Amino acid sequence: MNKDILVCGVGGQGTVLASKLIASAAMNLGNTVHSAETIGMAQRGGSVTSHIRIGEQAYSPMIPHGSADVLLAFEPAEAVRNLAYLKQDGIVIVNSVPVKPVTESLHDTGYDGSDMLTYLQKKCQCIMVDAQKLCADFGSTRYFNVAILGVAIGAGRLGLDAETVLNEIEARVPAKFAETNKAAFLAGVKIGETTLP
Amino acid sequence: MKKEYVMGNGAIALGALAAGINLVSGYPGTPSSEIIETISKYKQGTIHVEWSVNEKAAMEVAASASYSGARTLVTMKQVGLNVASDPLMSLAYVGVKGGMVIVSADDPGPISSQTEQDTRMFASFCRIPVFDPSSPEEAFTMIQDAFDYSEKYHTPVLFRPTTRVCHAYASVEISETTSPRQYEGFIKDSGKWVIFPRLSFANHAMIEKRNPQIGKDFSTYAGNTVEGSGNKAVFTGGISYAYAKEYLKDYPDVKLCKISTPYPFPEDFALKCLEGVDEVLCFEELSPFLESELLKLAGTHNLPIRIYGKITGHITTSGENSADYAAQVLHTFLGHSAPHSGMDSSDAPTLPMRPPVLCAGCPHRASFYAVKKAMEGQKSYFCGDIGCYTLGNAMPLDMVDTCLCMGAGITMAQGFHWTDPESACFAFVGDSTFFASGMTGVVNAIYNEADMVLCVLDNSTTAMTGHQPHPGTGRNMMGHIVEKISIEKILEGMGVCKIVTVDPLDFAKSVHAVKECASQKGVKAIIFKSPCIAISKPDKQMQISDKCIQCKKCIREIGCPALITVDGKVAIDPGLCTGCGLCSQICPVNAIGGDTHE
Repeated sequence: MNKDILVCGVGGQGTVLASKLIASAAMNLGNTVHSAETIGMAQRGGSVTSHIRIGEQAYSPMIPHGSADVLLAFEPAEAVRNLAYLKQDGIVIVNSVPVKPVTESLHDTGYDGSDMLTYLQKKCQCIMVDAQKLCADFGSTRYFNVAILGVAIGAGRLGLDAETVLNEIEARVPAKFAETNKAAFLAGVKIGETTLP
Repeated sequence: MKKEYVMGNGAIALGALAAGINLVSGYPGTPSSEIIETISKYKQGTIHVEWSVNEKAAMEVAASASYSGARTLVTMKQVGLNVASDPLMSLAYVGVKGGMVIVSADDPGPISSQTEQDTRMFASFCRIPVFDPSSPEEAFTMIQDAFDYSEKYHTPVLFRPTTRVCHAYASVEISETTSPRQYEGFIKDSGKWVIFPRLSFANHAMIEKRNPQIGKDFSTYAGNTVEGSGNKAVFTGGISYAYAKEYLKDYPDVKLCKISTPYPFPEDFALKCLEGVDEVLCFEELSPFLESELLKLAGTHNLPIRIYGKITGHITTSGENSADYAAQVLHTFLGHSAPHSGMDSSDAPTLPMRPPVLCAGCPHRASFYAVKKAMEGQKSYFCGDIGCYTLGNAMPLDMVDTCLCMGAGITMAQGFHWTDPESACFAFVGDSTFFASGMTGVVNAIYNEADMVLCVLDNSTTAMTGHQPHPGTGRNMMGHIVEKISIEKILEGMGVCKIVTVDPLDFAKSVHAVKECASQKGVKAIIFKSPCIAISKPDKQMQISDKCIQCKKCIREIGCPALITVDGKVAIDPGLCTGCGLCSQICPVNAIGGDTHE
């Protein structure tokens, strides 16, 4: 399998767990995997990305422009910021709930994500997911990272099956959060299976 | 054997363990910090692991261990190599016995550094070998080779990964068990281990004779490779090789030459690569190192070859390369049609900026704000330093006038004093930076009678690089609980005339302390002591009552990310607030409450 998956969002949204689950699930299915993550200062409320490259033919640790099969975006503006990485026929799965920049209260730009979502729909195949609605049953949007992963898998875009990822959640998430994470993941899978881009 | 999916830094650490290291020392610095952390996690048997007080100390600890025959690893970022350059230059002359590899991680971009310096140039300056891995997998095997070459030629060896190799993840296969090497111990021989002019002269000659031999040896090194054929060649190395390969994997009609040992340059290997070649593109980051070596080679051998790169303006002189940049320059060099590019998003709506800021509840914000308010209306200089607190420069705090290098704030405050004696001169330094290179600056101020106020921002950790312990934390990398070294006592011992320790989150007391110190002559110190919120999260939060008059002073004055506006009204983001209470002490109508601070 050859697949490039870009996970992007804002520091603190849990993009790292999502990318680790994808990488380890793909490896368990016998694939060669490389990845690269944002580390350092940008983690503090800044834009973050994880590049996951599945397959033997990946040399650069970062995905080249125009190569990503899937853009898993935890935030509308971050999806647009990373759009150049997407293949012409790639898909964006995006959280429709914006995260305002931490400097927004000092310099009000009126950013609310809506322009970004309109733009994305115009430019590419796109599945929009409302993180707040999706996670309402789980008490916190911090489960969105596994839920959006579920959406991508339900939509059949990652080349991974739900079972393998569930096993990875079991293995990587502390026991007391594992059940909720699995439920959030499966809720995402259901949305992915039934939503057309 | 088992497979581990690790970061490049993890691969370097596991490679060093496989090479049987006995000792590792270093100082934290992005992108190198995870090497020592991984060694400490995976080590088996007796291996001494330490975060040294700075890079110079790390180099010297490792040097004598290596004189004793032990295999030693030293880790740092590229600017750390500047700090360690004094022992390294001399060590290059003296040489070593046990293999000694110095990892100096370069940071093209730069992404989290002050400079875009090139460790390959440093190797050439020191006249010692350097290895340049192109991937985590290669780093794992190459660092083991580096130890062998170090022992074969009795020389310290540099190993320079770059950020994208350090932070990339890949699988490496490691054995279940590793064991440190047996070593002989130090054998006294002052003619060998004591550097004197006569020894330096003799060894200099030896080194200049030896290095071409190493270059010959490197010409058959497995890490130097050539793929494809044709009359055009691309010379590259490190992560730039990975970018070039990404494009050239579909084009076997061009030679792709990877130089993993840039110094001493493997001339024979390069000459062989150049057979039948008319044009060369040198694709590398930072300095035009390979390009200069090839130009020399072409000159001395009268080769009719055109060589393009940074010197000729074909490759950008600064910043990092990427797969996309490789495609762009290679398609021009090879006369291909333009490479397929990504989705064009040039017509996208304006994207919100997300600049790095001090975290919500960060005690540094309170320290800067106290100094700012205390010194309002008085001419003052605010010298910053390296760490999270460099972010004190951002609006609305705007409290960092200078930032140069580790520890420089303290000595630079003195320079401002001597050029403007009537003004107040402040230096802000973190606890880890104070130990690393701040102490000598304080002695300098006292001895030379400068007037200054030292502000130690003591958050009990090395926050910026990922919370490493340091001499003030009471923990070391061997897992031992040790006596905390007191910054207060150090300053007292030096003779600082006034030392005040305050909790920066107590605004009134902090302002008072600053005013008191600023009004006195001599060297004064304020230790702002409050732990980093990332290592000790308070569980309380502030609330805004209906007394709020929406003046927004809290937002305007301190710029805390937890202070937001919802429908135009001031609110607290419960996901971010740590309950530090600074805002409640600023509110003119006492509308912000919480029960964290008295």
